[in-house]
Amino acid sequence: MPAPSTTKPARPDFRFSPRVDQVGIEERAKRIQTRSIKNESKAQGLKMVLSMMDLTTLEGQDTPGKVRQLCHKALHVHDELPGLPTVAAVCVYPSMVAVARAALGESEINVASVATAFPSGQSALEIKLADTKMAVDAGADEIDMVISRGKMLSGEYDYVFDEIAAIKEVCGKARLKVILETGELDTYDTVRRASDIAMHAGADFIKTSTGKIQPAATLPVTLVMLQAIRDFHRATGRMVGMKPAGGISTSKLALHYLMLVKETLGEDWLDKHGFRFGASSLANDVLMQLMKQQTGFYQSADYFSIS
Amino acid sequence: MAISSKTTWDLAPAPESSDHVDIKKTYGLFINGKFVPSVSGKTFTSINPANEQALSSVAEAGSEDVDKAVKAARNAYNKHWRKMPAAERAKYIFRIARVIQERAREFAVIESMDGGKPIRESRDVDVPLAANHFFYYAGWADKLSYAFPNRNPSPLGVAGQIIPWNFPLLMAAWKIAPALATGNTVVLKPAETTPLTALKLAEVIQEAGLPEGVVNIITGAGATGAALVNHPDINKIAFTGSTDVGKLIQRAVSGSDKKITLELGGKAANIIFEDAAIDQAVEGIINGIYFNQGHVCCAGSRLFVQESVYDEVLEKVKYRIESLIVGDPLDKNTDIGAINSKEQLQRVKHYLELGTKEGALLHQSSCKLPKKGYWCKPSLFENVSPSHAIAREEIFGPVLAVQTFRTVQEVITKANNTPYGLSAGVWTDKGAKIFNLSSRMRAGVVWANTFNQFDPVSPFGGYKESGYGREGGLHGLSSYLNLK
Repeated sequence: MPAPSTTKPARPDFRFSPRVDQVGIEERAKRIQTRSIKNESKAQGLKMVLSMMDLTTLEGQDTPGKVRQLCHKALHVHDELPGLPTVAAVCVYPSMVAVARAALGESEINVASVATAFPSGQSALEIKLADTKMAVDAGADEIDMVISRGKMLSGEYDYVFDEIAAIKEVCGKARLKVILETGELDTYDTVRRASDIAMHAGADFIKTSTGKIQPAATLPVTLVMLQAIRDFHRATGRMVGMKPAGGISTSKLALHYLMLVKETLGEDWLDKHGFRFGASSLANDVLMQLMKQQTGFYQSADYFSIS
Repeated sequence: MAISSKTTWDLAPAPESSDHVDIKKTYGLFINGKFVPSVSGKTFTSINPANEQALSSVAEAGSEDVDKAVKAARNAYNKHWRKMPAAERAKYIFRIARVIQERAREFAVIESMDGGKPIRESRDVDVPLAANHFFYYAGWADKLSYAFPNRNPSPLGVAGQIIPWNFPLLMAAWKIAPALATGNTVVLKPAETTPLTALKLAEVIQEAGLPEGVVNIITGAGATGAALVNHPDINKIAFTGSTDVGKLIQRAVSGSDKKITLELGGKAANIIFEDAAIDQAVEGIINGIYFNQGHVCCAGSRLFVQESVYDEVLEKVKYRIESLIVGDPLDKNTDIGAINSKEQLQRVKHYLELGTKEGALLHQSSCKLPKKGYWCKPSLFENVSPSHAIAREEIFGPVLAVQTFRTVQEVITKANNTPYGLSAGVWTDKGAKIFNLSSRMRAGVVWANTFNQFDPVSPFGGYKESGYGREGGLHGLSSYLNLK
């Protein structure tokens, strides 16, 4: 596993982040969806999707009971089908980190926690730092923070940068995923700029969405972020991961995301350190497809346990 | 640590089925509504360039056959088509469009088998656009007096049409649709390497119930084309193909009253400014030159990159070339198919050698090529200057000549320094720069922040040695009409 970043490179002027052509990026994303992923490549791809999944519950009504159920599902995604990889992580609110940590025990599944006044991020830095610290202290391996979209849109890029850098410091060994909430950033240009800010400020992953705002992840917005990751890697040599979240509920779409990664960044990014899916309903669709590949039949949803 | 899932992830074959496709062992000439053998009995074989297997044996039309076809067209013009109310004509053209849509899959598969182009393109570009051309011109048929107010538009008579092998069905549609809409009858000759979709179109024309002789399709090579051009009872010649043949045709019709439109070669400039959205420009470069294996008259074959972004652009282009899948045209994942013919492959190889000999630096994809068939890796040349032959002559293959520039004025001069003038592309985030460039490019089409976009509504045609006359849109009607 590549170590979390520790160095702080000089800060570029983010007003000059590369521009994105809307028509062009959407055409390219559409072309990816004409890729036909079949047979062995489908099976291999679906297993990859499972291994990159952050099983997520982020509800006001979450309870320790609900989180334990989710963790059990993470440990036993579908025992009827041997040889499946485990999911990458479970993603919960800070108050549920300790519960998840205990439920996952010694397994290699990470606990990810949202933090920084998720989902709106409308709070003071001290609160956000405390929120993050609480999650880290409770045993979170990964922190999913949100950026201050209001500040981003009003051009206060230094504020956004400093905030991310400060959170990164509190994270310690925990890996930092920075949620841009692209559905609130209005243009691909702003998404690109926010991606650059997040990576330069120390993000280990950049992530599209909280799942609370529509539109959440889309292929074109993910492509913009993947291209930002590629340019950042080209400039600094550091690999930053990507996590689209929200709105990816079918296997077919998930496979097209992987194809987008393969053709944009290459196969070095095709594992859980380079790419994650934030999703709650995707897992069972993937399992259904995998069972279909093995048995030749589609089973009904009742044969796959809910989380 | 977890067992890494990191491994190569390759696409399994995803071939489009060709079981549903009916290609006859032999095809006759489509004259006066029927398939008939040639008078001489001569035939030629159409092969699949991806595996060199014979697909069908096709009749070769001689001058007697051409004469029969022109007579059938003249007869149909005098007896039916010129007298028919325009709204009725439109119904037939609409019907052709609908049948093409209904049989789209079949057309796409045959186009890919006969010509070598990837099924993704024949399915998503060639066939839908061909249907759209018929739909579009069907709509004009009864509105010609609105299109040309107070000009009393009337048809010319019999149109002789000769089309190339790069977009066989689409070019047939570009030619036939406006001719029929304006009340002319047609004798069309497809290219000798790709006659099959035109002959399938003949079946569609039968199915649509057009009066016999309104559309005649005769197959053969250059001699057949020459007989058509020289036939005294032709009123109009429409040709798409090479500049050399275009010049021959122009000489042949001089001194006659035949009207003529020529859509010929190109060597388009694709210009990348430093303020462009680079990743999308890279995609446009790829699309501009490798679309249809570069067998595109308006291909962006001369790339001009501003020096300040040269390294980044070239690195990204080379990276993207690696992700292009070269192989079986019928595989749905194929990006680049087979070179159309052995002859064309030799031409492309000639330029690959010539470019290297001239001192340019060749870069090719590391992909593996199939053993049988005609194939060329996606290629580009760096260190090219305006005096290199690879920067001046049309290669008509997947070969990009890359040059650099520093200033706007410099690139305008360089881009216009060519005998051709069919198309150009400009990539910049600045609107003012787009308007400046597009008004100063001597090219029939200038694409801004995109490339190779086609629409029946938009006229298409060249400057200089790229030909004259416009096809598509309102302009495409006027070359098939007498206007007073």
